[in-house]
Amino acid sequence: MKKKGWKELPIGGLILEAANTKNYATGDWRTFRPVIDLDKCTNCMRCWIFCPDSAVCLVEGKVNHFDYEHCKGCGICAVECPDNVKAIAMIEEAKAKEGK
Amino acid sequence: MGKLVALTGNIAVATAMKQINPDVCAAYPITPATQVMEQFSEYVADGLVDTELIATESEHSAMSACIGAAAAGGRVMTSTSSQGLALMWEMLYIAAGMRFPITLACVNRALSAPINIHGDHSDSMGARDSGWIQIYAENAQEAYDNQIQTVRIAEHMDVRLPVMSCMDGFITSHAIDSLELLDDKTVRDFVGEYKATYPLLDVEHPVTYGALDLQDYFMEHKRAQAEAMKNSRKVILDVAREYKKISGRGFEYFEEYYMDDAEIAIVILSSAAGTVKVVVDAMRAKGEKVGLLRPRIFRPFPYAELADALSNVKAVAVMDRADSTGAEGGPLFMEFKSALYNNKKQPLMINKIFGLGGRDLMLPDIEMVYRELRDTKNTGKIRTISEYITVRGEEAAYGKA
Ligand code: SF4
Ligand code: SF4
Repeated sequence: MKKKGWKELPIGGLILEAANTKNYATGDWRTFRPVIDLDKCTNCMRCWIFCPDSAVCLVEGKVNHFDYEHCKGCGICAVECPDNVKAIAMIEEAKAKEGK
Repeated sequence: MGKLVALTGNIAVATAMKQINPDVCAAYPITPATQVMEQFSEYVADGLVDTELIATESEHSAMSACIGAAAAGGRVMTSTSSQGLALMWEMLYIAAGMRFPITLACVNRALSAPINIHGDHSDSMGARDSGWIQIYAENAQEAYDNQIQTVRIAEHMDVRLPVMSCMDGFITSHAIDSLELLDDKTVRDFVGEYKATYPLLDVEHPVTYGALDLQDYFMEHKRAQAEAMKNSRKVILDVAREYKKISGRGFEYFEEYYMDDAEIAIVILSSAAGTVKVVVDAMRAKGEKVGLLRPRIFRPFPYAELADALSNVKAVAVMDRADSTGAEGGPLFMEFKSALYNNKKQPLMINKIFGLGGRDLMLPDIEMVYRELRDTKNTGKIRTISEYITVRGEEAAYGKA
């Protein structure tokens, strides 16, 4: 998204569009990224419920992957994944990028 | 010609507010501004205005309520003094940053400590960087006139900034003065109807106020705010000229008193200018080329125009009714020095701190300053850049005529 200059912005920091936070890519705040092991996942949906950024994505009603545009790497999903499952690992962002 | 009446400065301002008939007033009482809202609340109780009056539990809440009401889409006014303005501090910046055209009648009073209820400019001078436009009145007439103009300045689409209209506590706020009022219709036609931009109550068009604004956009919003303050320069002049047409009164950026051929001059704000005029009259009668420059607008500071007004003067005393301890002089002095720095013609400049906590400034005190200016002009030497006057414990250098 091209950032606007001061003359083009609404005054006073107003946001004129409703529901536009999806345009704000919070993903670049991340230092650790969640990575899911689908073989371990029991699809209990806890990560989906607790994620503050709706960044846990479902496919056909099942937890499947993360929206890395908006996942800010807080790690809540990994903590909330039940102790006897622990299907989510938090991987250092820099290492995850190298690995690509 | 309008109706001639005898009113205190506070009631003059409350009368202007009645004629403007704002949507919302949120306030908390504090001496010496209390009378503004006390009087205005009577108008509300008597059904003379349609205003929703909110009696809040503090000034912080008063300004917060003003901000909320302005976001909702209302024309909003309040009044305060001293500690009250200080308690509003963080909300003052927010009102300006969110670009709400709120207007505030500031009845200048010293800030504690020591506690003092009398007039000086430490309250509004402290708020000079908050992003509010500041206008200073010499007397009740001007306080009334300014109050009406603030609405037009604040609400202008090129500005949309809050405006603080100041008068001296007690001297102006509580002394009964004669002044001319405009009739209600003239005032209402002059201020016109308020058109809110993006009011929160317009539920068909939801907007977000007060979103987090980080490194990527904060500076752009501040830059736009600075531009609005710049734009207000022209708007202030246009509004003053239009007001003069309907009232036959008023000044633009400043008042000049015998400045045309003045060799030495005093620069002073608000009510003390009236006392200086008496001294100027007496000295002019003896053939001395003395003058007075009284700024009306302090924010935005009219640098070029004020520097120009002092260009032909040889020596100037800028008199501050507030100190900025640790700086080389009071806030008004610093602005003038800065304004003149790039001017080819620069008068010799000295600063006097006077009138703190309501200390009287008498005619001999002003004569003393003019005597020093005369010497400064003749010798070309500055004795001391800035000092307190009318203070015990120091021998006044020009004490004897
Ligand atoms: S790390 Fe935080 S933001 Fe990212 S998916 Fe997990 S809970 Fe959501
Ligand atoms: S919390 Fe763990 S087990 Fe439950 S859905 Fe998420 S990844 Fe799967």
